[in-house]
Amino acid sequence: MSVLIFVENWDGKFKKLSFELVSYGSKLAEMLGKEVIVLSIGKVDNSELEKLGKFGANRIISAFNDSINCFDSRLFTSIIAGFAKQEGAEVVILSNNNTGKAIAPRLSVNLKAGLGAGVGKLPTGISPFVVYKKVFSGNAFANLTIKSAIKVLTLAQNSFVLIETENSATILEVNVPIDQTMMQNRVIEVNKQSGKILLTDADIVVSGGRGMKSGDNWTPLLEIAELLGAATACSRPVSDEGWRPHEEHTGQTGKIIAPNLYFAIGISGATQHLAGVSSSKYIVAINTDKDAPIFSAAQYGIVGDAGKVLPKIVEALRQQKGK
Amino acid sequence: MKILVCISNVPDTTTKVKFVDSLRKLDTQGIQWVINPWDELSLTRALELKDDPLNQVQSVTVAHVGLVGAEPTIRKALAIGADDAIRINAEPTDAYFVAAQLARVIQENSYNLILCGIESSDYNGSMVGGMVAEFCEYPSISSVSAVKIENGQFIFTREIDGGKEVVTIPAPVVAIIQKGIAKEPRIAAMRGIMMARSKPLKVVEPSVAEPLTEIVAFELPKPRAACKFVDPENPAQLINLLQNEAKII
Repeated sequence: MSVLIFVENWDGKFKKLSFELVSYGSKLAEMLGKEVIVLSIGKVDNSELEKLGKFGANRIISAFNDSINCFDSRLFTSIIAGFAKQEGAEVVILSNNNTGKAIAPRLSVNLKAGLGAGVGKLPTGISPFVVYKKVFSGNAFANLTIKSAIKVLTLAQNSFVLIETENSATILEVNVPIDQTMMQNRVIEVNKQSGKILLTDADIVVSGGRGMKSGDNWTPLLEIAELLGAATACSRPVSDEGWRPHEEHTGQTGKIIAPNLYFAIGISGATQHLAGVSSSKYIVAINTDKDAPIFSAAQYGIVGDAGKVLPKIVEALRQQKGK
Repeated sequence: MKILVCISNVPDTTTKVKFVDSLRKLDTQGIQWVINPWDELSLTRALELKDDPLNQVQSVTVAHVGLVGAEPTIRKALAIGADDAIRINAEPTDAYFVAAQLARVIQENSYNLILCGIESSDYNGSMVGGMVAEFCEYPSISSVSAVKIENGQFIFTREIDGGKEVVTIPAPVVAIIQKGIAKEPRIAAMRGIMMARSKPLKVVEPSVAEPLTEIVAFELPKPRAACKFVDPENPAQLINLLQNEAKII
């Protein structure tokens, strides 16, 4: 019996969220008294795979097949389900990112396993198996019992600390046979920006709202992001106006993020916006209206006009960084 | 070509949620129910596809798992422009149960394209679409921000980390829809509202399926500590607090 963790790779590399998953899975396996198996699909070097061992993996299965040329949720589901059955997995864990969201529900049906999506903490109980998750877009939480013998969990990004262990894992490479009929996605075009900090991965996010007044006023905000090594985001009206691209929209219908620090600049903090950012560990709000709801969600606030305050923050940051 | 849009009935997104029965049940009093925002966008896009005769879309159907109380929401979807609706007459207990019901309807009626919103704004599970696809043994594509039809073939744009990918998948296929699919949700016109009353709304009884999960208790978020205000003339103080108090930069 085991806890099986699926980790995806980005051009053969893992990220912080991969290690969060393994840390989480190891702690859970400890509660259950089970073995920790990590499954990676696609070509990844051993030196990279070994990193997973440091976070508590007992065994690493590196599955590959040269004919896999793109991500296909049905195919990946069948591969993961195959290993879950083979290894007698009691819990299967994935990230709650795009890939995890595409696979986990399919896996749930395939394994007849109840799904706890977007969990951020270890289960509050093992028998019955109870997980704690956000509902109503962060306006409430729910204790969810998973009644099936097998459970599938997806872990919210940046919600679980990395726990390094003295462990080292064995690595098993498997050339996995695949059913070609499961692979029906054909990629025509890929459009990818490299080198940019991803909004969902970022520790710090600097976000602008309607209070920025125009898409032309973004320079100091971008400078702050640059100085802090942060990603940039925006509120819905901003992306609707086309001041910033849709990919930057954080909020209920946009991206849900949980950075360590979130700057809400010229954002009033409507329920729908807070739904996307309320899991941030710290929120800094800058707004002209001292009664704006964003200040009830923030730890630090400045009542003032973004156009006047931002250049001063840039200045202060430059001094702090000695630039 | 037939399109199915799966819709969920959710509290209006500005609702202040409250619970009753020792925090075990949602207090439905005074709640305004709406079509789940992502499902509404999916419906809008399905209707846009139908508007263009080149796409040869014969019908856009909506399906919902819920009791009779959800019919105003279903009628709203018909008013917006769906041709007909199917309501599976059961309490939507969990995503697995709901997906099993939808899958049966899909297998009985064979649609070419099935659209599901990426999540519902109440339970935020991102589950039903993928589950439906696995039940039906159909391919699926998630995080879809655009869909078009070219020479009878579906072309999807899906969001990947740091960019976008354009993908074709043969029908039947389940597309799980996120923001960007349509600019604004389509609004029902008076004529649509009138017509919706006479559009077919078929009620079918559920098949046996066992829910795998159950919410045992809700909790409300703890109030945050009061905000510490910094002088707008002296933002260096803010940097100082972030560095030395929060220790976050």
